[in-house]
Amino acid sequence: MAVVDHSPVPGPRGLASPEGWLAALARRSEAVLIPLGALIAGLAVFGLFLMSQGKSPAEFYGLVYKAGFGTAFSWQNTLSRTAPLLFAALCVALPARLGLVVIGGEGAIVMGGVACGALAGALSGWPPALALPLMAAAGALVGGVWIGAVGWLRHVRGVNETIASLLMAYIAIALMNHLVEGPFRDPASLNKPSTAPLPEALRVGNIPGWDVHWGLIFGMLACLLAWILIERTTWGFAARIAGGNARAAQVQGLPVGRLIIGFTALGGALAGLAGVFEVTAVHGSANASLAAGYGYTGILVAFLARHNPLVIIPVAILLAGFEASSGLVQRRMDLPDATTLVLQGIVFVAILMSETLYGRLRLFAPERWRST
Amino acid sequence: MDSDIGLWAIPLAILGGAIRVSPPFLFVSLGEVLTERSGRINLGLEGTLVFGAMSGYALAYQTGSPWVGVLAAAVAGSLFGLVHGLLCSLPRVNDIAIGIAMMLLGMGLAFFFGKPYIQPVAPDLPAISFGWWSELQQVQAALRVNVLFLIGIAAAIGLWWMFRATRLGLIIRVVGDSSDAACAMGIRPSVVHTFATAAGGAFAGVGGAYLSLFYPGSWNEGISSGQGLMAVALVIFARWNPIACLWAALIFGGAGALGPALQSAGISQGYYLFYAAPYVLTLGVLIATSSPTRAVTGAPGELSITK
Repeated sequence: MAVVDHSPVPGPRGLASPEGWLAALARRSEAVLIPLGALIAGLAVFGLFLMSQGKSPAEFYGLVYKAGFGTAFSWQNTLSRTAPLLFAALCVALPARLGLVVIGGEGAIVMGGVACGALAGALSGWPPALALPLMAAAGALVGGVWIGAVGWLRHVRGVNETIASLLMAYIAIALMNHLVEGPFRDPASLNKPSTAPLPEALRVGNIPGWDVHWGLIFGMLACLLAWILIERTTWGFAARIAGGNARAAQVQGLPVGRLIIGFTALGGALAGLAGVFEVTAVHGSANASLAAGYGYTGILVAFLARHNPLVIIPVAILLAGFEASSGLVQRRMDLPDATTLVLQGIVFVAILMSETLYGRLRLFAPERWRST
Repeated sequence: MDSDIGLWAIPLAILGGAIRVSPPFLFVSLGEVLTERSGRINLGLEGTLVFGAMSGYALAYQTGSPWVGVLAAAVAGSLFGLVHGLLCSLPRVNDIAIGIAMMLLGMGLAFFFGKPYIQPVAPDLPAISFGWWSELQQVQAALRVNVLFLIGIAAAIGLWWMFRATRLGLIIRVVGDSSDAACAMGIRPSVVHTFATAAGGAFAGVGGAYLSLFYPGSWNEGISSGQGLMAVALVIFARWNPIACLWAALIFGGAGALGPALQSAGISQGYYLFYAAPYVLTLGVLIATSSPTRAVTGAPGELSITK
């Protein structure tokens, strides 16, 4: 229902006047306060869910804080899990700039990790300064091809990228199982088929003074570079135009196909790097642990951050904290493992529902403040 | 009698597998046809399928009757569909994204409430043996058809008739092809969307109950391996025609049975790759049936995935 506004429209005021300053603040805060409110609402609904199960939400969130963010040790645990989430979220956020919903980052993580683990076997005698970049490049290349193929199919055949990317993730997991059980299997890995363990020299260590591996720094760097790409380059600008209206972009002479393939491949390459760090810094070999679900949590991170690469950093830390604390919280409160999944699902629904609020709240629209 | 029939065992196992594996594909794709014909897409049916499997198993165990379980799965599925439908009726809320969220939420809730039911054994759904004419045990095993599959076939024919010959079917089709035309006829599209999504969810829930109550016939967290998602792609292949969904489901079931069939025939080389067969087939079908320039034949006009 449209309410006709008869009040005089406030004239343009500079930022100098207090009201103009307040109006500018109100306009800008919409993009922060709505997602934040949705996050809090989601956490509150999850609290109600816990109460319906006879558990105390206060105890739950208290334990999450203690086990995820309370001590230096828990911070290190949280930050170690942040790295793959940063990469996985970028794999969603970059294609999202073109209006594509890519949800198969898990596949690129898995394939990147397998490529890196398999190559490590061949490079065992090489100097690490040469071998590690090669392994990272292999992981990024395979991941990039994996998701880039989804973009390519989207462009040349019009195949829906959401379904295709998730199918590719299932195929990647089956392919990984085949490769680590067969061609790349280390005969010494009995219970859990894996590639040969990486030599100590080829393992990525921790940031000095921390118990957190280098993946975190590289992930944050990737977020920063992705932000620059999106916000400060002509490619990012062209991608936004193409995402808004592909036909208009084509009429303008923008290379829509190259943008689609480029952004999806870049996202996939970054997700591949997540797999590289999981293999070189966490597991020490490529095996089924690669499919740990980071790709799926990354989707939620990207949507919560509204696909802004810089906002992805704090959101990824927050969700990594929830994941890092899940083991302890579930043991203490006698909750099943799936509790984290329920929490993520509820927050996801809340954040998507909040999309409907943009442009409808008077608080964020100074020109409507006077009409009562 | 268990005689050696050599390599004939493989096609027979695939046929039997197709009959055994296809009902979840059939039910989910029928549900998705109903939803997509109204112009909406529900990508969350994978979550609905898993939750249906859990709730069906739990209720069948509690009451001792598998049919109560099927009913419970249908009710739970329709609730998920209803939530999806209502959320998407809010302005500017994206149906694909909501589907992804509902997929996560459905799986989360299913695993959360399903944990106590991993151990207990629930009663199975009855099956009818159509292989009585043969003395070969493999033939008899292949032709054991579950009652729920027969119900699914009836539902496919029923839906086909509904879209073709009834007022309800016409209303759903009009909303799916043109919201504006529907509004002009005095139909409220969002109401039709919501009910079509809820009914579609009920079908997906029943598909899940088949998984936990017949084949594989137990509840665990790995019960579904993407059938809900594949069924969404299968609908495009079936051109939104319920009868074509039946054939498509059988083909997909056969592809899914390829890995276990080869394994049972003693071929163990690279059998993980055969587990990827249904996904590769789905992707191939998507590539073959999509087109960048023109709308897919038979697609509802308002559907977002084919635009």
